[in-house]
Amino acid sequence: MSDPFKFVGTDAQRIDGVDKVTGAAQYVDDLDFGPNLLHAEIVESPHAHAEIVSINTSAAEKVPGVVKVVTGKDFPYTFGLYMQDRYIFAKDRVRFVGEQVAAVIARDPKTAKRAAALVKVKYKPLPFVLDLKEALSSHASLVHPNLANYRHVPWFFPREKTNIAHWRKTRKGDVEKGFAEADVILEDTYTVPRYAHCAIEPHVIVGLYDLAGRLTLWSASQSPYTQRNVFAEAIAPFGLTHKDVRVITPYVGGGFGGKAGVSMEILGVALALAVKGSPVKVRWTRAQEFYNTYQRQGVIAHIKLGAKRDGTITAIDHTLHWDAGAYVEYGANVVNAVGLSATGPYRVPNVKIDSLCIYTNLPPGGPYRGFGYSEFGFGLESHMNRIAQKIGMDPVAFRRKNAIKEGDTLAYGAEMNPSGLHEAIDRVAAEVEWGRKEESENPNEVIGKGFACFWKAPAMPPNAASAAFLKFNEDGSVNLTVSGMEIGQGFLTVMAQIAAEVLTVPVSKIRVELPDTDRNAYEWQTVGSHVTWGCGNAVRAAATEAREKMLETVHRALGFEKKDLYLENEMVKCRTKPDFALPFKSFVINGIQTSHGNFLGGPILASGMFMPEFTSATGDPETSQGGHPNVHYTVGAAAVKLAVDKATGKMRVLKAVLGVDVGKAINPDLVRGQVTGGLLQGFATALYEDIRYSKQGKLLNPNFTDYKIPTAKDTPVEIVPIIIEVAQPDGPFGARGVGEHTMIPTAPIIANAVEDAVGVRIKTMPVTAEKVLLALKGIDYDDVKGDTMGLCFMDKAENYKFNVGAAKGK
Amino acid sequence: MKKPISIKLNGSVRAVEIEPSDILLDVLREKLGVKSPKIGCERGDCGVCTVIMNGRTVRSCLVLAIEADGAAITTIEGLQADGPTPLQQSFIKNNSFQCGFCAPGMVLSATELLAKNPDPDEEEIKEAISGNLCRCTGYEPIIKAIREVARNAPKSSRGKRR
Repeated sequence: MSDPFKFVGTDAQRIDGVDKVTGAAQYVDDLDFGPNLLHAEIVESPHAHAEIVSINTSAAEKVPGVVKVVTGKDFPYTFGLYMQDRYIFAKDRVRFVGEQVAAVIARDPKTAKRAAALVKVKYKPLPFVLDLKEALSSHASLVHPNLANYRHVPWFFPREKTNIAHWRKTRKGDVEKGFAEADVILEDTYTVPRYAHCAIEPHVIVGLYDLAGRLTLWSASQSPYTQRNVFAEAIAPFGLTHKDVRVITPYVGGGFGGKAGVSMEILGVALALAVKGSPVKVRWTRAQEFYNTYQRQGVIAHIKLGAKRDGTITAIDHTLHWDAGAYVEYGANVVNAVGLSATGPYRVPNVKIDSLCIYTNLPPGGPYRGFGYSEFGFGLESHMNRIAQKIGMDPVAFRRKNAIKEGDTLAYGAEMNPSGLHEAIDRVAAEVEWGRKEESENPNEVIGKGFACFWKAPAMPPNAASAAFLKFNEDGSVNLTVSGMEIGQGFLTVMAQIAAEVLTVPVSKIRVELPDTDRNAYEWQTVGSHVTWGCGNAVRAAATEAREKMLETVHRALGFEKKDLYLENEMVKCRTKPDFALPFKSFVINGIQTSHGNFLGGPILASGMFMPEFTSATGDPETSQGGHPNVHYTVGAAAVKLAVDKATGKMRVLKAVLGVDVGKAINPDLVRGQVTGGLLQGFATALYEDIRYSKQGKLLNPNFTDYKIPTAKDTPVEIVPIIIEVAQPDGPFGARGVGEHTMIPTAPIIANAVEDAVGVRIKTMPVTAEKVLLALKGIDYDDVKGDTMGLCFMDKAENYKFNVGAAKGK
Repeated sequence: MKKPISIKLNGSVRAVEIEPSDILLDVLREKLGVKSPKIGCERGDCGVCTVIMNGRTVRSCLVLAIEADGAAITTIEGLQADGPTPLQQSFIKNNSFQCGFCAPGMVLSATELLAKNPDPDEEEIKEAISGNLCRCTGYEPIIKAIREVARNAPKSSRGKRR
């Protein structure tokens, strides 16, 4: 089938490529604010949980060059995206090691740092909970005794007087009946520790509260409008309204969810208010980047899965306990998303899912590429392989038999969107030569193959909207302003391609501008792999409106029927008059001159908007039935060919294949970029990224020396991206999102390949060489892992058998 | 106690007063207005502060400014007197970068590699850029762009830095 599009579907060159490769691209820290710029240093809690008895700032205030010292008393406000449980500064108590207690604002960073060391904080240590079993015990120390009084979205269900911040329950069919019908039942526990995003640009914000009372923030963020909203709500007591708050986001050096919502940025707001008239900068160090933004949450997942001898899945009971950290204002929504989707992309008639968000005295958890689906996918896709083995079925055939199809009923009762999952399974299996045993030339190495499916829906409030403004320039070029964020994925280029397709203007003549909430149109935030879809629809609507205005102008000035007019190669043409061709540049600003000598028309401007009007979050709290919380799922499959060294446990990825149904690849090269990038990021979490805490809750490896992220030498030998296009009916040109998805299947394909190669099953991430080698020697890693908890749990995985029914609280 | 130093920065001699404890990266960014070397880890792990000092790449976060007195320093701004180099053009053409934060350092490390070894193989390229962390791309499109420019360079011009 020939593609009817000229710009959509092409490997257009990135419109931000020249900026970035020449060094012209400016990030927040590159902006100049002149000699009046102030710098802040944060005083941090050394305790995982303690009462703040007193804070003495007098010595710090006396240091020459110090402008102001600020504490929680100055800003006694909470904030949060979905639940307002986070404090601008710790007020009465600290809840994790590294939490902000006070800040010193000084003329230069060195003075601020020196003075911060002189702030004397007296603490009274409190019992702390780092371990999930401890957090749920009846004598547990409560991280938030005041939980019942926090404001939150209506679809969260906190349990007062417990550490359970939210509990998402999904019930479909009858699981007991489902298990009774099963020939084989497999039950086991899988654990996934915390991970760090490690965007290379650290968080940074500059705030200026000017003498007229205007607050402007330059923020390294994925979420300019959401930040403005959260900021404005948090500081409402100062009398500022939304129009007085402005968030500007220049280029951002990677996000991965870590720069979504509001974390440290709230400090830039507070400190700007404290020093009216002077800009003040808060820039996180690499260490702070690890322990005081968001981390990916840890999870202990208990799965019971039943299947018939012929491979039909009859029931799933999936219980997930999340280590969500000290504040869950964003992380609780990760827990929520998983609670709705932890069946994976399979048709399961009887479903019971319990997803529990649990406070601990560890750094706040939050969104990370995959938003919970990577975390539950490790256990579920490991389990799928194992139950297939148990019934004597090929694991790919087992997945294919149960793979979800368009129109199937989802766990929460809505219908599945159009999906190319079966095509993905088949093409990935063919590409990795599934079933063909391969041998290494190295006698110590064994080659195994692993396979997994994945899916993910954007996790959004039901009314998350996108908007776009578009205007023509004198020469027929176009400026498009949106507030989706270019976090590296190629968003600006894709928006230009969508506008180009409607307007017939080449991508190179379209400038898409980075967000400024004063000027650019609204966007909820750039998360959930939804902006190509949501903002793309808004841009398409804006371009369509501009086209209508152009045709209307030609109709009014020259008398052609609108229905005969169309756009081609930057000109308006007419079907009934083949020699008519009016270049855009001749009229898009100055209008068209009529036979009377006057001009009709004027500058062509347009706007577009999109909000999914079919979604709702009104599902029953006990079953999740009745709402339509997700807009659609993007699905796919992935496989790996892995060499495992029996002598060392070391693993090499020889080939990775990932097939994903993007609906329509607006820019296939950028989709391939998401595949190569997401796979490597995921393989690192699967193989070696390994976060460690002391038993006092202090993060032990907040740097790239001790927390290894991949270098160019850690890349797979071969990566094969497979793009599948089963159109999303409500997407721009059929597109749905891709971005997070490519990371999701990485851990289970590694674990499954390890078992295929050497016959050991690793049920705790990461699947390190050390664990594989110990397992080959018959030693349980949990018996020898030592004193530093890499995890949300200190005990052996199988000892975390939570009785969800018995958890206390109403 | 300020001390005057002079750096030949991208071809121009620049005089600047520094404290003996000042870090080269901070002096470049804050006192000399060159913002392409970025701040990523401040301990030499990530490579976004890479600059070329007397013909060799260094991590400017690990160099005291006083050590650069009299040195020739090239940042990405200084590479492109005649527009983007063939290497930069190859990066642009291949959509090699995503967020772009690592790009200036990566361009400089690859420039140094090609100056020393005009026709590197894939392993040599990976080794040369292994000190420049990129969290977005999986490195593949970066490696591909470097290989392409190495292969396409006319034999006579190989090894010359523009």
